Amino acid sequence: MSRVTPLGRVLGLGSAKEGTDHFWVQRVTAVAVAVLGVWFALSLGGMIADGVLYRDVVAWIASPVRAAALIAFVVALAWHSMLGVQVVIEDYVHGGLKVAALILQKFVHIGAALAACVAILRVALVA
Amino acid sequence: MSTDPRPLSPHLQVYRPQITSITSIAHRITGVMLAAGFLLLAYWLLSIASGPEAYLAASAFFRSLIGRLLMFGVGLSFFYHLCNGIRHLVWDTGRGLEIETARKSGVMVIVAAAALTALFYLYAYGVFGGGA
Repeated sequence: MSRVTPLGRVLGLGSAKEGTDHFWVQRVTAVAVAVLGVWFALSLGGMIADGVLYRDVVAWIASPVRAAALIAFVVALAWHSMLGVQVVIEDYVHGGLKVAALILQKFVHIGAALAACVAILRVALVA
Repeated sequence: MSTDPRPLSPHLQVYRPQITSITSIAHRITGVMLAAGFLLLAYWLLSIASGPEAYLAASAFFRSLIGRLLMFGVGLSFFYHLCNGIRHLVWDTGRGLEIETARKSGVMVIVAAAALTALFYLYAYGVFGGGA
């Protein structure tokens, strides 16, 4: 038997069925960032060891598999970071400033992720 | 928003720092550091896509004292957040939540993060043979 009041049913109020989304996506992106992050750290460490020449970095990104993995890393990292920074702002910023900060951090994360993906694709497709 | 002058529950400043609280606060601080690291990653990738000159400028920044300090902070934050994140994922399964276990895993996380950061620098700066 539903415990939603008749008024609530008419207004379409109640659970949006998305209560665990933030928690779950944070975990899924955490696993992705952990795996891809270790891969990226090892790659970067190798590049630093070899001396990072421009053409070598371009050649490294230009491989289709690496470009795809790099895009996956950027997207997962941006998503995970966006969820995390959201919680930090919700805890420490209050009032109207909170709303502004929440919107701004979303724009910055999505904007930086898009720019990074375009950069990867440009190197992978043009170089 | 009106604030009621009712008594507040004790907060951070009245508690003795413990390994469990320190590792929790550090997880948040390193997370914010890594958000900055994400922006640096985007800047690095954009510089590569913009051509050799922009890449050289970015490289000069990363090789400057501020750049190196920043990257050390990001590196240490990455390995700490990685290790403590795994600790959190284990907690999510309901395991390791006993106080004594949580203390031990906290110490393990700090030691592992320091060790991984050191290993990364040894690897990147050619101590294991070859490289610059």
